[in-house]
Amino acid sequence: MAIRQETVEQVASVSDKYKYGFISDIEADTAPIGLSEDIVRFISAKKEEPEWLLEWRLKAYRHWLTMEEPEWANVHYPKIDFQDIYYYSAPKQKEKLKSLDEVDPELLEVYKKLGIPLKEQEVLAGVEGAHNVAVDAVFDSVSVATTFRERLEKEGVIFCPISEAVRDHPELVQKYIGSVVPYTDNYYATLNSAVFTDGSFCYIPKGVRCPMELSTYFRINAAQTGQFERTLIIAEEGSYVSYLEGCTAPMRDENQLHAAVVELIIMKDAEIKYSTVQNWYPGDENGVGGIYNFVTKRAACRGENAKVSWTQVETGSAITWKYPSCILQGDNSVGEFYSIAIANNMQQADTGTKMIHLGKNTSSTIISKGISAGKAQNTYRGLVRMGRKAENARNHTVCDSLLIGDKCGAHTVPYIENQSRTATVEHEATTSKVSEEQLFYCQQRGLSEEESMALIVNGFCKEVLQKLPMEFAVEAQKLVGISLEGSVG
Amino acid sequence: MLEIKNLHATVGDKEILKGINLSIKAGEIHAIMGPNGAGKSTLSYVLAGRDGYEVTSGEVLYKGEDLLALSPDERASKGIFLAFQYPVEIPGVASATFLKTAYNAQRKYRGEPEVDAMEFLKLIREKTKELDIKDDMLKRAVNVGFSGGEKKRNEVLQMALLEPDLMLLDETDSGLDIDALKIAADGVNRLRSPERAGLIITHYQRLLDYIVPDFVHVLADGKIVKSGDKSLALELEEKGYAALSAA
Ligand SMILES: Nc1ncnc2c1ncn2[C@@H]1O[C@H](COP(=O)(O)OP(=O)(O)OP(=O)(O)O)[C@@H](O)[C@H]1O
Ligand SMILES: [Mg+2]
Repeated sequence: MAIRQETVEQVASVSDKYKYGFISDIEADTAPIGLSEDIVRFISAKKEEPEWLLEWRLKAYRHWLTMEEPEWANVHYPKIDFQDIYYYSAPKQKEKLKSLDEVDPELLEVYKKLGIPLKEQEVLAGVEGAHNVAVDAVFDSVSVATTFRERLEKEGVIFCPISEAVRDHPELVQKYIGSVVPYTDNYYATLNSAVFTDGSFCYIPKGVRCPMELSTYFRINAAQTGQFERTLIIAEEGSYVSYLEGCTAPMRDENQLHAAVVELIIMKDAEIKYSTVQNWYPGDENGVGGIYNFVTKRAACRGENAKVSWTQVETGSAITWKYPSCILQGDNSVGEFYSIAIANNMQQADTGTKMIHLGKNTSSTIISKGISAGKAQNTYRGLVRMGRKAENARNHTVCDSLLIGDKCGAHTVPYIENQSRTATVEHEATTSKVSEEQLFYCQQRGLSEEESMALIVNGFCKEVLQKLPMEFAVEAQKLVGISLEGSVG
Repeated sequence: MLEIKNLHATVGDKEILKGINLSIKAGEIHAIMGPNGAGKSTLSYVLAGRDGYEVTSGEVLYKGEDLLALSPDERASKGIFLAFQYPVEIPGVASATFLKTAYNAQRKYRGEPEVDAMEFLKLIREKTKELDIKDDMLKRAVNVGFSGGEKKRNEVLQMALLEPDLMLLDETDSGLDIDALKIAADGVNRLRSPERAGLIITHYQRLLDYIVPDFVHVLADGKIVKSGDKSLALELEEKGYAALSAA
């Protein structure tokens, strides 16, 4: 049944309600605009990096110069001028912060506006006790606060900004960085390798179950600053960690480039659960502003029975280009991808996953829920590859699209490459609409139109929401409602 | 309680309601019967405020207020409940969640405090017991995979929970087995009170043995063509609508 006209028109109003559109005024210590070998050297010098890392960055930079920006994704945007971007900006550091009390109060204010749960704010503000989530807060390019380090250290867990890991654990970083996403991987990953400024590093030693959920909040701030995060997580044999990543960004006219790289390494019998809630500024209803989010996330299950699950709730950004992937090398290793992608107004999302089965009896599950409203385009793009040696490997894919209004689009692009005679690949796809009937039914029971929409869409996403850690699930449920505000008349 | 005056309504470009006049006082139950396609469901949708059902002329007063000016959810919160002829499926939303959300939305609208999960569970358990509905239905997604009869019972459950002032029942009896029919009728009768009223659409006079109406109306081709007391239903059952239009 057709959604009425106002519905379609009012979809436009969502960005007016974007809560996180503010700019805070923290003096930036910024590199000159543009990109060159000198800038790469500048970044490396700022970070006081060892020679090998500078060399690695330079190799990446030189390789990047030979590459073309990819155009295969179903996203459209004006060409990015890479010389018109600042590649380094850091909140001005007076001296090394001794305690969190010394954190710029304005920064704490920023966290408050972001709706970072009070508990975590307390941690950021240095309040003792009460709390079990370690926060490695990334503000622009430099981590300004790291908490719970000591408790984690007791378990032998290392959780710190990657620049610190480079300094304190160079052997680990050197061994693993680029081992899952090589610097030659793709245009944006290569760029990231050359200019990454910060991100998190996490190491879980053999047999350790990380005693708390690890979380990172990202925020893009200074004008025209692209963010190039690099995250590296290593789970040694028999270990377990759940990692949460959540982000928002302030309102901007210029489009902001974000090209992060996340590498996960999972050894025998180990498990990493990586959950993301992404609600960066999506641009206004005319598609002005908003974040360009070109991310490379990849996990390598290196040992037997290794397991990785990616769970993502993607509601923000003007453009999302993101395919968290699993390389299932170890026999019996398991890869999971659970995704909710919401695109409203002029947003464009091209997201999905790659499941590369190499080992025997490897299995993967993909559940993708795409929601399109307004004039948004939402594409699921997924690759399932069964290698020659992937005996009895299994994949099951469910890919559901939900349309709100009749000016948006949903596209499903599955790629299946099967070289194993004994592997099974199953793919199910559905497309449905939020019907006027469903909305009316809910309203007749007393829910407003927006509450009705939020309820229906949350129902559609339920299987994926259930995969999130509890504290995140509640937030995500709200976010689903917020990001669809204005999508009904 | 409800005053319908010369109500005309169109769906698409087609006029379906062609001048309905009906007055329902508090405490009364009115039954509406009539041939397929007469406009009975349309009337219920217009009263509940469904999009696309456009009132072209006439007026409707509910508790003295202009009903047509209110949004569907406002009407619901002010006590109008429609038990749907075809209840709608909402995948992924557990019935319990749906009911609690609706219950609290209405309480909030009326300025009453919302109830928490524990309180709600107690409340809903009472209702499922009264209506002989298995609790595991609450865990299932709203109407998804429910049998025809289960859907109707679920409508009665929702009504029992929300305790509306004006019950609109659109063929709630269709699809119910004999026992379920009695239980559902009991559910309606339990809500009957001098402050409440009901409009019951049905094709079968049998329901009216259980829910005895004060008035029976025949709706044909968008108009009320005959009104009477309960005996009219019996007469219709015997002679059919053809005799009526011939008369
Ligand atoms: N969306 C629509 N577009 C066009 N005609 C419609 C639409 N909805 C309903 N109608 C028509 O309106 C008329 C009245 O329908 P309505 O559902 O109110 O009948 P009813 O009296 O409830 O019938 P039944 O006893 O079969 O339930 C029918 O002729 C139906 O085809
Ligand atoms: Mg009908």
